[in-house]
Amino acid sequence: MKNKKIYGRILGLIKPYLHLVILSLLLAVVSVVLTLYAPVLSGRGIDLILGKGQVDFEGLWPVLVRLALVAAMTAVAQWLMNLCNNKITYHVVRDIRTQAFERLEELPLCYIDSNQYGEIISKVVTDVDQFSDGLLLGFSQLFTGIITILGTLGFMLSINVAVTVFVVVMTPLSLFVAAFIAKRTFSMFKAQSEARAEMTGLVDEMVGNQKTVQAFSYEKEAGQRFREINEKLRASSLKAIFFSSLTNPSTRFVNNLVSTGVAVFGAFLAIRGRITVGQLSCFVSYANQYTKPFNEISGVATEFQNAVVCAGRVFGLIDEKPQEPDGPSAIDLGEVDGSVKLENVAFSYRKDTPLITDLNLDVKPGQRIAIVGPTGCGKTTIINLLMRFYDADEGRILVSGHSVRDVTRDSLRRNYGMVLQETWLKAGTVAENIAYGRPQASREEIIQAAKEAHAHGFISRMPEGYDTKITESGGNLSQGQKQLLCIARVMLCLPPMLILDEATSSIDTRTEIRIQKAFARMMQERTSFIVAHRLSTIREADVILVMKDGHIIEQGSHEELLEKGGFYAELYNSQFAVSV
Amino acid sequence: MFKLRKYLANYRKESIIGPLFKLLEACFELLVPLVMARIVDVGIRQGDVPYIAKMCAVMVAFGILGLACSFTAQYFAAKAATGFGTAVRNDLFDHIQNFSYTELDTIGTSTLVTRLTSDINQTQAGINLLLRLFLRSPFIVVGAVIMAFTVNAHLAWIFVVLVPVLSVVIYGIMMVTIPLYKKVQNRLDVVLRLTRESLAGARVVRAFSRQEDEIRRFHEESGLLMNTQLLVGKISALLNPATYIIINAATILVLWLGGKTVYFGELTQGELMALINYMSQILIALVALANLIVSATKASASAARINDVFAAKSGMEEGKRETGDPGAEWKVCFDHVDFAYKGSKNALTDIHMQVKKGQTVGIIGGTGAGKSSVVNLIPRFYDAASGRVLVDGVDVRDYTFRGLRGKIGIVPQNAMLFAGTIRENMRWGKKDATDKEIYRALEIAQAREFVDGKPEGLDTLILQGGKNLSGGQRQRLTIARALVGEPEILILDDSASALDFATDARLRRAIASQTRGMTMFVVSQRAASLMHADQILVLDDGRQVGLGTHSELLKDCGVYREICMSQLSEEELGR
Repeated sequence: MKNKKIYGRILGLIKPYLHLVILSLLLAVVSVVLTLYAPVLSGRGIDLILGKGQVDFEGLWPVLVRLALVAAMTAVAQWLMNLCNNKITYHVVRDIRTQAFERLEELPLCYIDSNQYGEIISKVVTDVDQFSDGLLLGFSQLFTGIITILGTLGFMLSINVAVTVFVVVMTPLSLFVAAFIAKRTFSMFKAQSEARAEMTGLVDEMVGNQKTVQAFSYEKEAGQRFREINEKLRASSLKAIFFSSLTNPSTRFVNNLVSTGVAVFGAFLAIRGRITVGQLSCFVSYANQYTKPFNEISGVATEFQNAVVCAGRVFGLIDEKPQEPDGPSAIDLGEVDGSVKLENVAFSYRKDTPLITDLNLDVKPGQRIAIVGPTGCGKTTIINLLMRFYDADEGRILVSGHSVRDVTRDSLRRNYGMVLQETWLKAGTVAENIAYGRPQASREEIIQAAKEAHAHGFISRMPEGYDTKITESGGNLSQGQKQLLCIARVMLCLPPMLILDEATSSIDTRTEIRIQKAFARMMQERTSFIVAHRLSTIREADVILVMKDGHIIEQGSHEELLEKGGFYAELYNSQFAVSV
Repeated sequence: MFKLRKYLANYRKESIIGPLFKLLEACFELLVPLVMARIVDVGIRQGDVPYIAKMCAVMVAFGILGLACSFTAQYFAAKAATGFGTAVRNDLFDHIQNFSYTELDTIGTSTLVTRLTSDINQTQAGINLLLRLFLRSPFIVVGAVIMAFTVNAHLAWIFVVLVPVLSVVIYGIMMVTIPLYKKVQNRLDVVLRLTRESLAGARVVRAFSRQEDEIRRFHEESGLLMNTQLLVGKISALLNPATYIIINAATILVLWLGGKTVYFGELTQGELMALINYMSQILIALVALANLIVSATKASASAARINDVFAAKSGMEEGKRETGDPGAEWKVCFDHVDFAYKGSKNALTDIHMQVKKGQTVGIIGGTGAGKSSVVNLIPRFYDAASGRVLVDGVDVRDYTFRGLRGKIGIVPQNAMLFAGTIRENMRWGKKDATDKEIYRALEIAQAREFVDGKPEGLDTLILQGGKNLSGGQRQRLTIARALVGEPEILILDDSASALDFATDARLRRAIASQTRGMTMFVVSQRAASLMHADQILVLDDGRQVGLGTHSELLKDCGVYREICMSQLSEEELGR
């Protein structure tokens, strides 16, 4: 995305808060002008205090009162301006974050499947945060910085033109020094971040897999590699930190030179009576205030640029093409009879490598369909198509006689109960997780579902039973327990069709048999699709589809297929073939 | 943070020189207003141009000296800080290497990674800042007050009142905002969690049509985050206006009282100016200090997290023996072993089993029955709570880790490979393995074919975590890795789950025929994978409910029979 376009988008986001932006600008002008006016007043005060017996108390008093008023008003204006800036920034941030999240829920699954979670998360969290920092800094420093520069120039000009010109002429010097150092340090920072990345990589690998490291007694070698990189990091960090920390003193030195120059120049003028001592003191303070924003702005500019880059990434996510929305004529599927038909379906994840071609299948209501085949043959893809996580490239899928493209996705998916091999649970209580598909379910119903999934036993043994909090991604549960909860989640909904993709792979066989009995009860009169590794799970199916390379190569009942002596028979026998 | 100060010990010189030069620089800065005062009182008053030029040269000289001091200070501070970071990192890494599985379980490896990287970086930056600025700000404040006294003792008391008032205001605002910043961080964590959840659970969320609810939930949470941020903003935005008002009040006081003092001839105009200049130096120093305290709190939070890791000590003492007892009757022996994971009830109760050299032991049982726990005791990843585990007749606690684990090849449940070539990964099992040895291992592990299929062969690069390989390929490579060293004991912890049946069967056949003399432990849920083992250990809820051969167990062990019935057909049961 072009930077220009990003700026436009950012402005678009800020637009609803335009009144606050204007208010903030006004307040910035007020506070800067007042801040600059204060030295004039104290300078005037000094001029009224000349020496022994030469103090104009009558003139001093109103000056001091005015100074007090100015200080109070400045403080209020500053505070209000900060409030405005905070309000704008944090509202914009919330808006952009919500937009990004909403888009996340609408993105086709192929986007989510083909991008790393970490990357997407960092867009929604870190990038937005960086953007907010940049935006806030931009508002609070860029505005006031520019106004301060203009204001000081104006004030200085109003006092004395010659000294002002001197200050302006000296300005580029400070900028030049800052730019010079920044250029030198850039490559050092790059070296540092490279060393850092290398170190993070190693640490991630070694400490992340500490158990494997120890199992192979690799600790010493790992330590050695770590030390090498650590030393490299130390050297590059030292350079980067040292050289970058030169910027501040150097620019300060230049600024000091400028104020010294002002002092000398001003002093000469004062001797000739062209300016007063109070004006001189005021000038020195202006010269300082005038140069400061220049230093800050160069820092803010990089920060702001970074913010724009981050914003660009977030916009990139927001602009991702969402899944094709349900058509205007899409109907609510309602109750289904359980018949599913696939007609000449073709599908591939990548255009250049066809996966499923010309797939046909006719499932009668209440049938139990098992899908078997080697890894990568397209078993899970069929489920992706049935649930409409992906749309078929060609052909039609009919449920209850309706093409799935003509019904709303929600009404289609409501008719399926799905248990996947990857167990996903939300952070929340056990009960909340079981009731995920039916949040209004009563506690009794939840317990009943858990009992049917044979999860009640271990749930009651947990410290707070159904109210036990499940930590993020279910860290406090074993894989098998998680799978039982996912099964209970479906048991509670009792949808008319079932999809079980390796649903019991992490559960021991005895519990599995009990669950299968529960499934069997559920599956009566329910159309069900089962993907499984264990052939024992599959034997009972009405129809077994044997898939290979995206095709159904065999189809029939267990006995029929064994008799046929084809691929299925080979698969089945190999499970038990052991060297004799 | 102070607990970590010993890591600065090697940089004592640097950590003293750094701040010292910074203070020198501050001294030069503090002298500038006095010079200015001289310019006004002497130079301008008397119209003495050469004097002004001289004073000006003095100011420039001060500036150059200050710059030189500052550079010196920055260098030593950076050197001390990076040295500190490097030393902490090395120590922490070594400390983590000594953790037993128990500590790794309780702390969690992912948080160890963050502590080792970003937390140490944060602390290092904090140290650098502290060395450079922490002394400087108070020094400037105190220095300005002292200088004020040298200028005029009567007016200096304004400074004495001013400094505590300012400090209280700044301290008060910090005390209110710092906990709020932590709250902001927690709310941000929730936002992060919701995002991750909705990605990982995309299928489930959509299957249950809960997108709207997820969005509403996210909206609520990001609203809460915003409100907290606004609250913090409101309070911390008070800092600058408040200090500004106080400083100006003090300036007014100085002008008014100073006016009187000047009137009586006890103060000059230039000196009055100097006092006002000191006032603004205090302001700048205090604001810098406030910013510094924010960074310092962040750094000390990080330091606390690092200290937590240092505080966790390994519960295991390493033994001294390198080798076992050559005359031992049993290769591996479990002698009435009980075992419990930290903070929970017994995972294993009274496991008793003796294994001869060259035998294959199958371990079977339900989910959570304790299968992996049994094999984890052999390489001493965990210590038994009671009873003993003996390898070659010697208690595993008497071995050095290297001595014990060198005998054992392990294929863990989740197949983990490391970034590098296939050859490098294979050499984890044996540092100096030749290609011939590697190929032999690959052959047994049924991985030769696909490795040969790669154009680069053994030099094929594996990405971190083996991302460029399929689950089955990874698993076969981890099996090969364990075989490369030709270990005396091989442990396969449910290692064939990602393999299809045919490959699994070929693998078992190859291991059985080509690794004679190797004692093997096979954990599996598939009865077919271990029905031909010399002994099968049947576990149920951590208890040993059966030990014997397939046919013995079929006869005597109800649990085993039930498992087999659920998996094998009639005729297979009879085999």
